[in-house]
Order: sequence, then structure tokens, then C-alpha cells
Amino acid sequence: MDEKKYQSKYKRVGQAYDRKDAQEKVTGQAVYAYDMELPGMLHARCLLSPYARAKIVSIDTSKAKALPGVRAVLCGEDSDILVGLYMQDKRVLAKGETRYHGDVVAAVAADDEETAERAIALLDVVYEPLQPVHDVDEALEAKILVHDDINELKHYVGVFFPQKDSNIASWNKSKKGDLDKAFAESDVVVENEFSLPAVAHVPMETHVAIVQADPYSNKIRIWSSAQSPFAIRQIMADSFGISESDVEVHIPYVGGGFGGKAGIHLEPLAALLSKAAGGLAVKVRATREQEFNQLPTRAGMRGRIKTGVNLDGKINAVQAVYDWDSGAYADYGVNVGKTAVYSGLGPYSVDNASIDSKTIYTNKVFSTAYRGFGHLETHWSIERQIDILSQKLGIDPYEFRMMNLLEPGSRTISGELVTESTGSVKECLTAVVKEIGWTGRKTEEERQREWKTGKVRGKGFAVLQKAPAMPANTASSAIIQMNGDGRVRMMIGGVDIGQGANTAMAQIAAQELDLPIEHIDIMTDIDTRANPYDWNTVASKLTFMGGNAVINASRELLRKMKEVAAQVLKTEPEYLAHANGEIYHVHNPERKLSYKQIALGYMYPGGTSIGGPLMATGTYIADGLTNLHPETGQGAPALVWTFGAHAVEIEVDVETGSIEVLKVASAFDIGQVINEKLVYGQICGGVMQGLGSAILEGYKFSNDVKLMNPSFTDNKIPTMKDMPKEIVPIYIENPQRNGPYGARGVGEHPMISIPSAVGNAVYDALGINFHVLPLSPEAIVLGIESGKKSILCTDVDCLPGR
Amino acid sequence: MDNNKDCSMYTEHVESGKRKVTLSLTVNGQFVVRDIDPNMTLLHFLRDNLKLFGTKEACGEGECGACTIIMNGKAVTSCIILAVEAEGAEITTVEGLAMDGKLSILQEEFISQDALQCGFCTPGFLMSTRALLDHNPNPSDEEIIEVLSGNLCRCTGYHPIMQAVKRAADREQKELGR
Repeated sequence: MDEKKYQSKYKRVGQAYDRKDAQEKVTGQAVYAYDMELPGMLHARCLLSPYARAKIVSIDTSKAKALPGVRAVLCGEDSDILVGLYMQDKRVLAKGETRYHGDVVAAVAADDEETAERAIALLDVVYEPLQPVHDVDEALEAKILVHDDINELKHYVGVFFPQKDSNIASWNKSKKGDLDKAFAESDVVVENEFSLPAVAHVPMETHVAIVQADPYSNKIRIWSSAQSPFAIRQIMADSFGISESDVEVHIPYVGGGFGGKAGIHLEPLAALLSKAAGGLAVKVRATREQEFNQLPTRAGMRGRIKTGVNLDGKINAVQAVYDWDSGAYADYGVNVGKTAVYSGLGPYSVDNASIDSKTIYTNKVFSTAYRGFGHLETHWSIERQIDILSQKLGIDPYEFRMMNLLEPGSRTISGELVTESTGSVKECLTAVVKEIGWTGRKTEEERQREWKTGKVRGKGFAVLQKAPAMPANTASSAIIQMNGDGRVRMMIGGVDIGQGANTAMAQIAAQELDLPIEHIDIMTDIDTRANPYDWNTVASKLTFMGGNAVINASRELLRKMKEVAAQVLKTEPEYLAHANGEIYHVHNPERKLSYKQIALGYMYPGGTSIGGPLMATGTYIADGLTNLHPETGQGAPALVWTFGAHAVEIEVDVETGSIEVLKVASAFDIGQVINEKLVYGQICGGVMQGLGSAILEGYKFSNDVKLMNPSFTDNKIPTMKDMPKEIVPIYIENPQRNGPYGARGVGEHPMISIPSAVGNAVYDALGINFHVLPLSPEAIVLGIESGKKSILCTDVDCLPGR
Repeated sequence: MDNNKDCSMYTEHVESGKRKVTLSLTVNGQFVVRDIDPNMTLLHFLRDNLKLFGTKEACGEGECGACTIIMNGKAVTSCIILAVEAEGAEITTVEGLAMDGKLSILQEEFISQDALQCGFCTPGFLMSTRALLDHNPNPSDEEIIEVLSGNLCRCTGYHPIMQAVKRAADREQKELGR
């Protein structure tokens, strides 16, 4: 980062400005929901189910209620409210039955956390443990239903497809070409299974919600560490049977989200407690343990891929079956499963394909969106399968990919036409393969020679794609108002959760209005009473959609400014231009007005005034999307594809099994860099999170489906010691014609395909194909010890002789 | 703990039925005296009593470093230290890094290198780094990694933090003659 190589052709867009929130964050001034206190505020604690599945026989709350300082005690009998963004399947408090070890059985609001904690200990609950659903295979047998009311669950009809009397929350499909014929005509057909466990988001600020339910009206006021204020507003209104306008959502600084704070989480529980406590504000703050075992996670997934290919390297057919272990609920999880049917083959051109993606209920911790959702998982399967195919065919994995990747003129799995404006995955792959110095796979002799030194190096790479997964009517908006000093303040509805959205949006406004970045003040707190609507802060969509809304608002503001200036300067608006905070005549720049002179209306020398305070709005609604056909998956799901590729070089210690990451080269076709520092930050951070999924992280469940590693002691995330020695970011800029300055989003993408690139490098190093994550030291050693060339299971139970 | 104070130094009394102890210490250069619950952690004392909200709790068990402060010259995780252990101590929190309305070099470099995103772990990283540079003004990469691997960050991927620390060390040596 010392030498900024990136040069932008624009004055403000593309410049590496410091992030706008930085000063508040390095001085301890930044206020998070965790820091907030309201007058009379109570604190809550929850009692979580000690069983993965159990009947709640009785709950005695009398002792807890009698404890001084306790203001409210709630259990499932007190509320029938169901919540969920896509599937309304989640009870705020378990009633009758608990569905995972972590389901909220009861909750207490008290004067302080200690009193609430003590009250929880006084609750007397009698359970009758029930046989839990352990995994997707057991779930698919449907002998036990996790939700016996699945046939009646409210859901987003036509987009998600719950299956009757089953544990399948949604079965999404796509189909194209003639699969049977294509397989029959293929020279080689290869079938493989890949899997990966659930992984936690681990935002450093745990989930926090403070809610005050006004006892004198329908108003519910929420302060939350959340990504999606407007989704919370909508879901709260739906679930509580009130109007959206009755719900106020305030979002201060958010201490990390990564998708885990999209949708709705602790807000309904806090609202119920507030109501029960006579309308006092109630703060619910997840402990780190609850963050792991109560709040949702990334779903575990199993992918079965069958590929038919010709000896010359042309892929004829792919059949993919993805089974998502969504745990106890799928309120958001179904949307993760849905991504697989339009993106689950990776950025390849395949004429004959079928994908079945099932989001499945089990009795594990439930799932939700996690950075690049659905994509890290499917790309783990696809990009490992592609590598294995290239081994079988004896074709270089780079050449093999280049033969089959999407390019202008080809069509995606759902039938969208790829054009120059879509970007180029081939350029991304070529750039990273060059950067890593790829000259082909290691020979067995080279491998054996290195093995004797105790350390073997390997190189691997993988491509990726992702488009925002969102409803066809997703919208963003912006409001710009000018202050009396000629500077502007702007409000958007998306949340800066650390990705730097506010700085990027300010740069776009600064570029449009030709004002210094310091003259664009963007409101950091979101308040649904003041800020304009944005669907959700997810899916790497804010740069594209918010950026377009900001451009539209800026241009509307300029149009209004020129109208006023034209009257004053006695000309027509079309003869006026703007620069450096001034509106001037294109022929005679001395005929000019400063922004400041017209900011609040222009006053002639005699006092007569025209114009008025300058303000403008801008909106952007997803352009040209459709729902997918329920059987074929054909349609237009993607507003903007961002393509990318990673190449890695690793060193495997064959004694300890540990993987050291020496170098990661990452290229993305982002169309236009908005802020080089921020893009670099997304790449470094995303690569690191991807490495966590690749070599470190994963939920471990006991035989009775309890989460065994709900702490930082047992659920490690990468530290500075795990940092790759070198990360090389590469920005490819093929502009998207309808993007803001051609830009595409890149918030999630750096994480996708890191595990597959590492898995491919492990094959290069060891000659062993791993089909399961994480590639932890234990897994690598067990893999080597097994003597097998394909590793489908890295549990100790899978060792030979067990 | 570097704190050799004897427990007998605490003045304990009972206030509305609860045991209280009187704690006196220096925080960011200010001498403070407060009556507190004897089982209160230093983190809660800083946040709840002194309203210094810059110091964060992210795990509550000393694993993540978000609550790191400097106590008697050493970086410590304030969530697993009792406030009474800080009797007579000199404490610096993130609020004490900037002087006279001017950011410190370390804070400036965290900004210039974009060594933060969500910012929740940032105070902890700043304090761990401050303690490191106070003891070792010119640390090697390995020494930086060794010390800062006790702080978790989920956003940045650590590279920008590494850059910021190295640049801050460099500038402090040149500009402050460390």
C-alpha cells in the first residue's frame, strides 16, 4: 500500500481518500448499539435450550419473577409471533418444542445484566428430550419433521418452494439442454462429492438490540447493530401486526456484520420484553457464546457434482445436487439455497445442465446469509471438481478453465447473455495465474524430492462469480441537501458496516457535484424516519445501486441549481456548467454564481428571492430482473455479475499438517475502482476470511447435536499469525454500462473460491484431493496417513481401521 | 499483574446493603476515586463508572483483545482483570491517545493505511500497539505479529494494520526521536 500504483481517470472517483468514519473510530468516539444507554433501560438475558430437540413440559417462572429488580419474564406461551424475511418459520420464543441447542426458551428483563442472569438461573423448566434430526440425510428421510407445520408456513410464494410433509424448506431447480444425451456423448463422466461445515460470521460486536415498545401507541422504537434497517421495519410490522410507519429503526455504528446482521434477530424479543415491562427500553446483547450457538451461522453444505466432458476439454454437461444444512430455521437460509440454481456452476458456459438445491431443516444452529452466500460453498465444489477433471484429462487446469469460461456471447446457467459490459472472468484468471508464476503442476518426482525436506510447496487457483441475490424489485435511494455554506449533506438507506460505503457514496457525490470530499457530509447513523429507503445492506449491491441513486440525486440537484442560476445570470440552464463549487456560463466563465449564493435560495440586491433551499432525491430500482422459472430456473436473476479469480502459493508441513500461505493474487473485474484503499481493504479482509473457512474454521457438533465449539478458545478465527506473507490485488476495469462510473460491487467476492484455490494448491503439493473443509492441520495429517488420494471425510472416525 | 498493592489498602464499606470498596487510580492522566462493587471488572469500571466507551468487550474472556488497555505500562485485557487490581495504577485507554486535540502518529497511520473497517477492535489494536512501541520502538515484523496476534480483527485481514504499525514506528522514531 505504500506506493499507490492505481491511477484514476477521474478527479474524485477512484481516489484513495481516507475513510470518513476513521477519526471517530481511532479515538473511541464512535458509538455502537453496544455502547448505547437509554433512560430507564433494562437489560435482558435468555435461557437457551439445553437440547437440540426437546418437548417443553413445563416452565415455572415464579421464583424468577419474584426476584427484586426483575421487570419481565417471558416464555413461548406468552407469544405466538413468527418472524422471517423469506420464510416465516421462526418463533421468537420456543413453544411446545425446542428445535436447536440455542433456541430461546425464556427471557428475562431486569434492572441490570447480573439480576437478569440470576433470574435465568431461577427458572425451572422440565424438558422431555426428543430424538433430533442430525444431518441432511436423516432430514431427507422425513421420519422426524423439524417443523411439523411446514405445510402452513408463510413464505415468499413463487420464489421459494417448501415441500409438503418434509424437512425441505425450499427446493429450487434449474434445467437446460438435454442432460442424458450430453452425458451419453461425453468421453469422460466424473462424479464427486464435496462438503463443508457451518462457519460463524464472528462480527467483533455481537448482536445487540435495544427496543422500546411505546405503551401509549403502536410505536416500536429500535436501536440495533443491524445491516438492514428497512428489512427490520418491514418484518417487525408484519410480525407484530402494525404499520411499517409505526416502527422506527436507528442504526448507529455497526461492529461488523458479514451478512449475519442482515434480516431480523434480537429485535422482536427485545420488543416483547419491552411490552411486558410496561414500555421501558430493553437491551438484549448476545454474549460471544450466544453469537456462536444462538445466532445464525453459514449453513453446512454437501454438493454432488457429475460432469461430462470430451477429451479435448469441452464440458458437455453438469448435474449438481446441493443439500444445505440450514439447521432449525430457514427464514433467510432459503435465499442462500436459491443462489445455487443460477450461480452454482461457477462462471462456466455449459449447454446441458441441471441443478437441484434443497435448503433443509435439521436440529442444528440455524443458518443465514454470510458474505458471498451460497457462493463460497458451491465454488468449493465446482472449482475442486474442475481441478479434478483437469487431472483426469491431463490438461493444464488453466487451459482447461480457459476453454470453458464464460465470454461475450455465451449464456449463464439461467440464460442471461454475457456481453462486454458483463466483465471478463478470463482476464481475471489470466492475471492471477501470471502473478503466481504458474508453469504447470508439480510432477510426482518433484513432489517426492520436496517431501524429504518436510515441507512441500503447491500452487493452485480458482475462478469465481457472484451477483447480488435479491428480489427483482430491490431499490436504493439517496437524499442530498445543501447547507448555507455551499457544502452538502447526504443520506442513504444502506448501512456502512465497515465496508466503507459512506466514503464511496460521498466520492461519487463529490465527483458529480465537483466538490471536495470534505464538503460531502454523509449521515453515519441511519434512522428510518429520516433516511430514504434501501432494501437491505447485503449482496455487494450498495456501490452499484446506492451509487446510481447518488448519481441521480446529484444530477437532480445540479438541474435545480442551474435553473436558479439561469434566472440570475439571465441565460438558459443548458448554457451553464459547474466546477469547483460554482455554476458558470460555458462561453463566459465570469458569468457565475457560487453554490453558496444559491444554497438556501438566491436573494437579489433588493431582497427579492427565488429558488429556496436546495435539495434533491435520487432512486434506483434493479433494472430488468425477473423471478426464475420454478422448474427450469431460467430468467434474469443478476443485476450485476462481478467475476474474479484467486491464485495461491502454499507450503504444507507434512509432519504437522499446517499450511502456510505464502502468496495470494486476487483479481476482480470491478469495472471501476471507486476508492483503491477501500477495495484493497475488502480484498485483504475477504481473503483472510476465506482462509479461515479454508484451513481453520468449522462448527463441530456432538452426537446429540450440541455445538461443541461455541467460543474463541475452540472456534479459532485467523489472527495476524495466519496472515498470508503477500496479497497482490489486481483490479480489472471493464466497465458495466449501467453501473456508477462503470463500477461493480466487490464486498463479498474476495472470500469466494479461496478454499477451492487452497484445496487445488494442496493437491499440487501433496497429490491428494481433499473433498471436505476445513483443511486443518489434523485434516491434512489424517489425509496423508490414510494413504488415500481422495479424502471425503477428515473425522477421526473415518481413519482406516476405525 | 504488575500491581503489587496489598489488598489491605482497599477501604471496604457497606452501602445500601452491598459491599463496596473505594478505588483510586489515574486514568488518562486524571486522578479518580470511586466506590465500586468489589467483583467489578476493570472493563466495566472504565465503561460503566467512568463512561469511557472506547474500550470494548467482544468476548469477555480475554481471548480477543478488544478490551485492551495499558495498565502501568503493560497492555492488559481489561475484561479479565478486577477493577480492584488497578488500585493506584496508571491507566491509558484509547481516549488518552490523542493529546491537545491532535491525533497521535499511531492514530494517523491507522487512518492513512485504512487499518480499520468496522472499528470495533480498533481501540484494542491501538492500545496493544502503543504498549509494544513504548517498549520496543523499532519492532521486527515477527515481533509485531507475536504481540498483535492476541487481538482479533474480522474485517481488515491484518495487512493494513501491519503497515500502519510499521509506518507509525518509523515516524515516531524520526519525528519523536524514540
